[in-house]
Amino acid sequence: MSAESWPAPRAPGTLDRKHSRRWREEAIKGVLFVCAVLSVIVTAAIIAVLAGEAVAFFRHVPVWDFLFGTRWTPLLEPRSFGILPLVGGTFMIVVGAALIGVPIGLASAVYMSEYASTRARSIVKPILEILAGIPTVVYGYFALTFVTPLFRVVLPQTNIFNAASAAVVVGIMILPMVASLCDDALRAVPESLRDGAYALGATPFEVSTRVVIPGALSGIVASFVLALSRAVGETMAVTIAAGATPKLTVNPLESIQTMTAYIVQVSLGDTPAGTVEYQTLFAVGALLFAITLTANLAAIRILRRFREVYE
Amino acid sequence: MTALLAPSDNLRRRKRWASAFRTLCAALTWFCLVLLAVLLVHATREGLPWLDVQFLREFPSRFPERAGIKSALWGTLWLIGLTAVISIPVGVAGAIYLEEYAKRSRLNAIIDVSIANLAGVPSIVYGILGLAIFVRFLALGRSVLAGALTMSLLILPIIIISAREALRAVPNSIRGASYALGATQWLTIRHHVLPAALPGILTGTILALSRAIGETAPLIMIGALTYVAFTPTGPMDAFTALPIQIFNWVSRPQQEFHELAAAGIVVLLTILLLMNATAVIMRQRAQRNRS
Repeated sequence: MSAESWPAPRAPGTLDRKHSRRWREEAIKGVLFVCAVLSVIVTAAIIAVLAGEAVAFFRHVPVWDFLFGTRWTPLLEPRSFGILPLVGGTFMIVVGAALIGVPIGLASAVYMSEYASTRARSIVKPILEILAGIPTVVYGYFALTFVTPLFRVVLPQTNIFNAASAAVVVGIMILPMVASLCDDALRAVPESLRDGAYALGATPFEVSTRVVIPGALSGIVASFVLALSRAVGETMAVTIAAGATPKLTVNPLESIQTMTAYIVQVSLGDTPAGTVEYQTLFAVGALLFAITLTANLAAIRILRRFREVYE
Repeated sequence: MTALLAPSDNLRRRKRWASAFRTLCAALTWFCLVLLAVLLVHATREGLPWLDVQFLREFPSRFPERAGIKSALWGTLWLIGLTAVISIPVGVAGAIYLEEYAKRSRLNAIIDVSIANLAGVPSIVYGILGLAIFVRFLALGRSVLAGALTMSLLILPIIIISAREALRAVPNSIRGASYALGATQWLTIRHHVLPAALPGILTGTILALSRAIGETAPLIMIGALTYVAFTPTGPMDAFTALPIQIFNWVSRPQQEFHELAAAGIVVLLTILLLMNATAVIMRQRAQRNRS
């Protein structure tokens, strides 16, 4: 190997060797390229799989009934395939999670980037990383065996499976993501802007809320969008803690069902491939993917379009 | 004149706001620490009485006092081993292409966007993909291999993103020196860029694998949730995994099974903490070497 890294003296046949070396370089580049392109193939495969089965599903069920129907009873007679109850359940979880995760996440980010000493930062950052690394099934256990009993002490009418406790743990789950992305965004605002504001007599509160946060707004908004997209796709905590009762309700203490929890419910049962029940999996999955894809692309665009470029 | 020198009401009010805001931010941040502590203490207190050698050596059972996580532990080991073997080479290779070879082109921009998007696709969607392609289309069945392939797709974007960061941190002077000595691009990467980026790549890889260890939803989708009373002996065997076993126990109504789930969680979190600690130590060591 090491001989190859030194240019050998020119001799008859060198041209051939050079040729083969060039060929080898190109071959390696090709292999690496295939690995990189795999991500595009995976994206395409996801879309193809979801769309393929979803189209078969929509041959049985009109798109309009699916998107705007208010009853979701695909496994029971009389069957009805209106997805609004699942969307409503998901929406409730997302709103609840946002109420918890967004303010605490942003506050932690402001604390870490504006106030914390290096020492405090070196404690907080790993804690957030650990919180982010805890598996979702553990959060589900926590919701069912800790948060729900807590709710039931205060509000005895709370159902064992309820949207509120699931929303709380999903909020805890997205908190580290909001905190770390916002922290990055806040720290990208140059020190000179802060110094300028302080020189004009602003208090740290005014510097944070009127200079630093507006300056980092694109990153902050993008982190919210990404975190909410994560909450939409969150599966295990809502399956374990929020129940399996698809219904349109605004009462967070009742049992509901999210899109993701429905997908788990179907795949836990024995649903033969090719039936309408089996296809609902892909139709619901397609809607889920469409929502998160839109959110992710929006976040990427927000970051690019509205980024304040500091030199 | 003294009236002018004394702090005005306005200034006092602003200062009060400033200190209230600071206290609020600090309190909310330290609240995260409390949350983590509550979570860990709760799970440990519930699970610890069940946690003994027997728990690690027994197969799952209908009787809580005889149940254990042997098959789940071995299943997780197989799953993560195979996932590592599949995802690390592919992910690092993709990162090398994007960081070292790719020029600004439309295709490469599409690759960038699709990686960023794939990192945000819900894990259950990967499960649907795995079910349709690996379990049914490629007829791998509900095997460890099908699970590992699904997991690999799931963590590929994470590996690529972190490996790219590690490669980007390698100073260009190293590449230049190698080219100046007549090395080709690949030899430069192979002998100089990759070794320099290795600690960073490994750190990202460990974190990606620890994500895979805790993932539950995709495994449920591809059908790993079955009563499994044997350990896998090959990649085509059926399997269960630690998070699946925990989910199974949590979804039962009896209190004993919830406590078993807690014991499983303690084992799972211990593994994850060890992996995270390894990653942190490696990162610190790499940073020390660089400076």
